[in-house]
Amino acid sequence: MIKDQEFLEKKASYCLGLAKKLGATDSSVIVKNSISETVNFRNKKLDESNRSDDLGISITTYIGKKKSSISSSNLLKDNLNILIEKCIETTKNTPEDEFNSLPDRDLLAKDVKDLDLYDDSHIANDQKIDYLKKLEAAASSDKKIVNTESSFTENKSNFVLANSEGFCDGYKTSSFTASSVTVAKDEKSMERDYDYSSKCFLKDLDDAEELGNLAANQTIRKLSPKKIGSEKISIIFDKRIAKGVLSTFASAISSSAISRGTSFLKDKVNQKIFSDKINVFDKPDMLKGLGSRNFDSEGVKTDILKLVDQGILKHYLIDTYNGKKLNLKSNGRCGGTSNLYFENGNISFKDLLNSNSKSLYITETIGHGSNIVTGDYSVGATGFLIENGEFKYPINEITIAGNFKDMFQNITLANDLEFKYATNSPTMLIEGMVVAGK
Amino acid sequence: MVNFFKDTDLARSEADNIISDTLRNCDDGELYLENSKSESIVLDDNKIKDSSYNSDLGFGFRAISDEVVAYSHSNEISKNSLKQSSENLKSTLKSVKGTYNHEIPKSNKKYYDNINPIEQKSLNEKIKILNDVNDYLRSKGDKVKQVTANFLGEQKSVEIIRSGGETLSDVRPLVRFNVSVMVEKDGRKETGVYGVGGRQSYDTYLKDENWKSVCDEALRIASVNLESKPAPAGEMKVVLGPGWPAILIHEAVGHGLEGDFNRKKTSAFHNLMGQKVASEGVTIIDDGTIDNRRGSLTIDDEGTPTEKTVLIENGILKNFMQDRLNARLMKTRSTGSGRRENYRHIVLPRMRNTMMLSGKQTQEEMIKAVDKGIFAVSFGGGQVDITSGKFVFNCTEAYEIINGKIGSPIKGATLIGDGPSILKEVSMVGNDMMMDPGIGTCGKAGQGVPVGVAQPSILIDKMTVGGTKL
Repeated sequence: MIKDQEFLEKKASYCLGLAKKLGATDSSVIVKNSISETVNFRNKKLDESNRSDDLGISITTYIGKKKSSISSSNLLKDNLNILIEKCIETTKNTPEDEFNSLPDRDLLAKDVKDLDLYDDSHIANDQKIDYLKKLEAAASSDKKIVNTESSFTENKSNFVLANSEGFCDGYKTSSFTASSVTVAKDEKSMERDYDYSSKCFLKDLDDAEELGNLAANQTIRKLSPKKIGSEKISIIFDKRIAKGVLSTFASAISSSAISRGTSFLKDKVNQKIFSDKINVFDKPDMLKGLGSRNFDSEGVKTDILKLVDQGILKHYLIDTYNGKKLNLKSNGRCGGTSNLYFENGNISFKDLLNSNSKSLYITETIGHGSNIVTGDYSVGATGFLIENGEFKYPINEITIAGNFKDMFQNITLANDLEFKYATNSPTMLIEGMVVAGK
Repeated sequence: MVNFFKDTDLARSEADNIISDTLRNCDDGELYLENSKSESIVLDDNKIKDSSYNSDLGFGFRAISDEVVAYSHSNEISKNSLKQSSENLKSTLKSVKGTYNHEIPKSNKKYYDNINPIEQKSLNEKIKILNDVNDYLRSKGDKVKQVTANFLGEQKSVEIIRSGGETLSDVRPLVRFNVSVMVEKDGRKETGVYGVGGRQSYDTYLKDENWKSVCDEALRIASVNLESKPAPAGEMKVVLGPGWPAILIHEAVGHGLEGDFNRKKTSAFHNLMGQKVASEGVTIIDDGTIDNRRGSLTIDDEGTPTEKTVLIENGILKNFMQDRLNARLMKTRSTGSGRRENYRHIVLPRMRNTMMLSGKQTQEEMIKAVDKGIFAVSFGGGQVDITSGKFVFNCTEAYEIINGKIGSPIKGATLIGDGPSILKEVSMVGNDMMMDPGIGTCGKAGQGVPVGVAQPSILIDKMTVGGTKL
């Protein structure tokens, strides 16, 4: 069983008390417990079971404008005493930083709502095995599939965040995740693809057979890929890749990148950075949302933000420290975005495929090719050639490149948004990118 | 040495009993205990941004029957907690009828000293160096707009208790010192990053103001990039410099030669053992035994002493990298490559220091042999799809080559290739093998482990460069 609120609060208040006694003028603490049980299958047989029980505490102490922090997985009193003493000692020896402080008291979250993030149901490993048997039977039904791996994870977490301003809150969350990875083979090639489903509530999880079939079909259609020539071409990002464009956008508007001057979106608030029709929301209070939260990792309340309105950047993602540096108030985004998404566009997926006589549909990218200082983008890619709205053949061993400043201005979105991840995008078309191939 | 049972209600003899009882009739397994202490001190934007310390303690209990692995980990070293883990393992492995393999090779060799690098240098000294780095770089002119520098230090103590009570232990120091600098000219911003590290004290790397050379290198890379023009797009010849560009070896062939992917036949290399996978003259080894290197280990995380494993010899595929599980199932022996990020994770076969050995040619000859291509000197990181064999890596410093001469610097671009065929495109191997500076971390299945790479300069006849200039 995961530790209850009372246990976590007790630990938190012990740490705050000791820090104060040892000379901290302010302090904050997070105590977490998370228990996961995973079962992995391979080729229709049990491959691995894994149970993890993780405890963790992290404490930040302030002496005036000096700050330091410690973290540990050992919550025994003797260990906490040693660590907090060490933390205070380090704080004393760390230079002052005028922007160090706890969040402003009036920004701390009050009246915390129940966002329906915890499902108490437990699925025993034997039931997980039943689910995976069905999944793998479906995934391996085509004889081109030569290897299947799948897993089912149940996770329950609880945490308490407390600070010396009197904030003390936390809540349980749960997640149930099933995934399917398949390898397909023909005379010429071997390819791998995957799909997964992750939900707060067990009953919302995708059907096992559906998930297995999806992964298998996505893999088989990649077989016998071709390499194409280098050219300027329109790119269509599958939803699972399109959300990455949004994640890069989020890193580029984080207040730390902005205050350090290391973002291509610095000083762009109230300027048009996307094409006209683009709206971006970050909505923390979605019921059962995979990114939902009542407050950020400093305890600051999190309102809905319309980050981009008709192509115009409206907000950065602001935490307390960088907010003070930029002379802006925290908007509760310490730790990043919550449920971040592009609002639907107004054309269908089919029309998007048809909007150019020739385009590339990208289903996977590899490499760490996003540079948020310059906006340059260059990654390896796998996908399909689209001609006149039809999937022609699979392609691989190509790269796609551009600069986000231009890419953002050339985005067209389909109307097929789903909330499958914490960050979500409809299928995305970007005109004028460069493909390097043969 | 850490006594993991001190201050717990669990006596060592009781632990031995639970372990032996749980692993009876299993093929393998162990209790892995770990205590790590780590620190991070960061200077950023003219200030000490972070001074933090982490102490992590926990165990991972593993039982293996045939192909099935049962694993359970917890932070609480106690009778209850170990018993609960034991129950979890038993419930997964309902009917086991194996024979526990007690055999584990021994060695007295050690590849680093038992030190705690965090305690060897005071906080004030570290802060002073970080401030000196900031002042030094910012004194280099107005174009320097941002400086980040940090110390990362760790001491990890591990103990492996096998069925029957056999105990293997290791204490591993690890440090890293990094500098990142952003420069700006005419509204254009570029970054340069450099770092040093390994399994020794900070001072080994920073003595005699050696930190200045780290700063100089970061600034040099950033300044070169300020002058860079768009990279070309398409297939061309590529000359790789020595040292860190060996990320290519790591991604293109290293991952594909890990035992698990080959046992499962999901690696593009699984049916190529004994065959020619690289040009003549190409020899690649994975070596855990180089003193004080970031990827070196005295014993791996299953207790097997590490070794120097020949992967490819003169172009022929010779060995995969193995942990105990995959070695047993493939009827071979562990190469001491069983590693895990920490006690939260299961063991996987992983790389240590992956190196291509020197040949006879010079870098000059390679450049001369290229009509149109690029010369890549420094890289960010890479990634591979081991099934299709396609891999990428990202240049952070590269130049065009025109008619046998090095030309202008080009913008960071991704290079993509095919693992099983790329080494056949190597037409020259340099005489200038160099180790990387000791900053690499390899990710696999969500686990990061410190690794090293090395190579001489090499000429690759055909690779796709992912620039924007057609």
